[in-house]
Amino acid sequence: MTPTAHPDAVIEVHRLVKRFGTKMVLRQLEFSVSRGQFVALLGPNGAGKTTLLRILATLSRPTLGEVRVAGFHLPQQAPSVRRMLGVVSHLPLLYGDLSAEDNLRFYARLYDLPSINERVTAVLELVGLASRRRDQVRTYSRGMQQRLAIGRAVLHDPVILLLDEPHTGLDQDASQMLDETLRQVVSGGCTVVMASHDLSRALDLANRFDIIGRGQIIASVTRDHIPNGDLLGYYREVTHA
Amino acid sequence: MRENTRFWRSMLAITWKDLALEWRSREILTAMLVFALLVIFIFNYALELTPQTRSEVTAGVLWVTFAFAGTLGLNRSLSVEKDRGCLDGLLLAPVDRSAIYLGKTLANLIFMLVVAAIVLPIYSLLYNTNLFLPGLALVILLGAIGYVAVGTLLSSMAVQARTRDMLLPVLLFPIAIPILLAAVKASSGFLQALPFEEISPWLNLLVVYDVIFISVSFMVFEFVVEE
Amino acid sequence: MDRSKALTTLDIVTGLLMAGATAMVFFYAPLEAVMGEVQKVFYFHVAAGWVGMLSFLVAAACGVIYLVSARKDPLKAVYWDRVAVAAVEIGMVFAFINIVTGAIWARPIWNTWWTWDPRLTTATIMELVYAAYLMLRQGIDDPEKRARFGAVYAIIGFMSVPFTFFSIRIFRTIHPIVIGTNEAGAMGAFDMTPKMAQTFIVSLVVFSVLFVDVLWHRIRLAALADKVEQLKLQWESQGGE
Repeated sequence: MTPTAHPDAVIEVHRLVKRFGTKMVLRQLEFSVSRGQFVALLGPNGAGKTTLLRILATLSRPTLGEVRVAGFHLPQQAPSVRRMLGVVSHLPLLYGDLSAEDNLRFYARLYDLPSINERVTAVLELVGLASRRRDQVRTYSRGMQQRLAIGRAVLHDPVILLLDEPHTGLDQDASQMLDETLRQVVSGGCTVVMASHDLSRALDLANRFDIIGRGQIIASVTRDHIPNGDLLGYYREVTHA
Repeated sequence: MRENTRFWRSMLAITWKDLALEWRSREILTAMLVFALLVIFIFNYALELTPQTRSEVTAGVLWVTFAFAGTLGLNRSLSVEKDRGCLDGLLLAPVDRSAIYLGKTLANLIFMLVVAAIVLPIYSLLYNTNLFLPGLALVILLGAIGYVAVGTLLSSMAVQARTRDMLLPVLLFPIAIPILLAAVKASSGFLQALPFEEISPWLNLLVVYDVIFISVSFMVFEFVVEE
Repeated sequence: MDRSKALTTLDIVTGLLMAGATAMVFFYAPLEAVMGEVQKVFYFHVAAGWVGMLSFLVAAACGVIYLVSARKDPLKAVYWDRVAVAAVEIGMVFAFINIVTGAIWARPIWNTWWTWDPRLTTATIMELVYAAYLMLRQGIDDPEKRARFGAVYAIIGFMSVPFTFFSIRIFRTIHPIVIGTNEAGAMGAFDMTPKMAQTFIVSLVVFSVLFVDVLWHRIRLAALADKVEQLKLQWESQGGE
């Protein structure tokens, strides 16, 4: 059976298997995301959310199966995919001893961006850190670091954003500010996949909810079709079935 | 052509980033230098460096010092990348993996040469000998290149292991023995002003080792960082 | 003939060959005029050293094959990793036998258990390289990463061996070279009579067969261990009690 290719599918995953030694983490997983969707990947720890994201991010190789991101096959065409991806993980991927500005400048060089200074300034303003641009990142609060991490991820205007538990370790206020930043970033028409175990945060941001369990997508529902509008109830029903 | 300049640009960006990081924190060089001086002081008393014995063991003392200080710097340089997920950040960028390897190696080489450039005059001062010989400088350059080329590869593996802090010397020393041996012999040859024919086999060994191990590390590095 | 039967046959053949080779060493090969009985250690000493080198070569070759094939089919490539570990473990045992038998010979002939001769030193450093190989593997939990790092280290380690040898060789050696020409100053050298040469060749061949036999057993053991692990996981995932 060949996958029916959605004309506007940005991410397509077909019969994806990932094994770590004898341990099977993803089992014949099917997953696809259309342009402009904001998909929340929900599920308990160890269900395979991070593994799936790492494969989409070209950081990990599939054991078996077909993965296509922005029309390119993974892992063969990973270099072409990297230019289109922005990734935020629960680690900041930033150098603590460098300033925000120097961090962004370094990454801008790696992405070979033109007019680096203007772009760095624009991004710092977008994530609301322009006033502290010269401070070392390790003096930042966790929330500020995470906002800068988003800035780092969108530096090169990616068409796809992959977020792995971006709210980890943030308090209520910081989470809200992060959501603000995320909404602004996404308003440009980005396609987003966000792994999360925080249902309320996911409900605030996403317009589709995929529940992953034991290495497979066991349910997928759009915002308008959540039974009774109760995501938590739905999640419990699906995961404890 | 454009791809080519892109490769060198991203490599230099990584080296430059490491230097900027070091300029801000001064963690690696300080630790390497303090450690190097301590080793020299310990040797002074352990070997009772009288003027006669000194001329024979100076090369050995210097290279043991460099090797130990070198592992310290290598370990730190790669764990900086690992700890805050920055290695993933590098891998996510559309950059050739071997550019990452060469960038890190060049930065580590610079750190080792800076340490050497500070240790040599101090040693000269402490023991009233002249270590400013072009031959010795050449040996240090060749030895440091080989040591750092293998060291950068191996410490990229070591920092990903559970036992990371103790693993690097265990992995690196048995493989670096030929460089250390050749470097010690060549250095002491220059210090004792031996005729060049007696030193050249060691220099050849260093050059061949450098070329082969840089090429192999360059080729296998992507297997060490990519999953 | 199925595999386990073939292996049992090889076991029996190896056992008979070992007995034959031992008998040849003691009853067929003539007594060496100067050194006497202790010279007989030479046959198995060299054969063990040969198997040690052969194992490490096999491990490095499997490393290359693993790295190349893991990109195409990670599940099948596991086989090459098993062969590599098996070869390293066997190589360490034989290299150790080589060093110990060498010391037994050196005591009466060189009047010391140990000298800093290139071959002795290289053999010992080689043991350290592969001890480091095993430590590296032990420090990594993900089996796929363990295999990859092991492959890289087996390649780099094996390549360093000739460098180590030559760097020490530039110092003078007192170790006799039985095949090829002796440098002046080698102690304990002797010329082989035809019967000695025959015994020597037979020892080499028999030890090579022994190597294949032990390697086969070790690979089979690793495959069985993997299977046990897999069954355990399966049992757990079915909620076994």
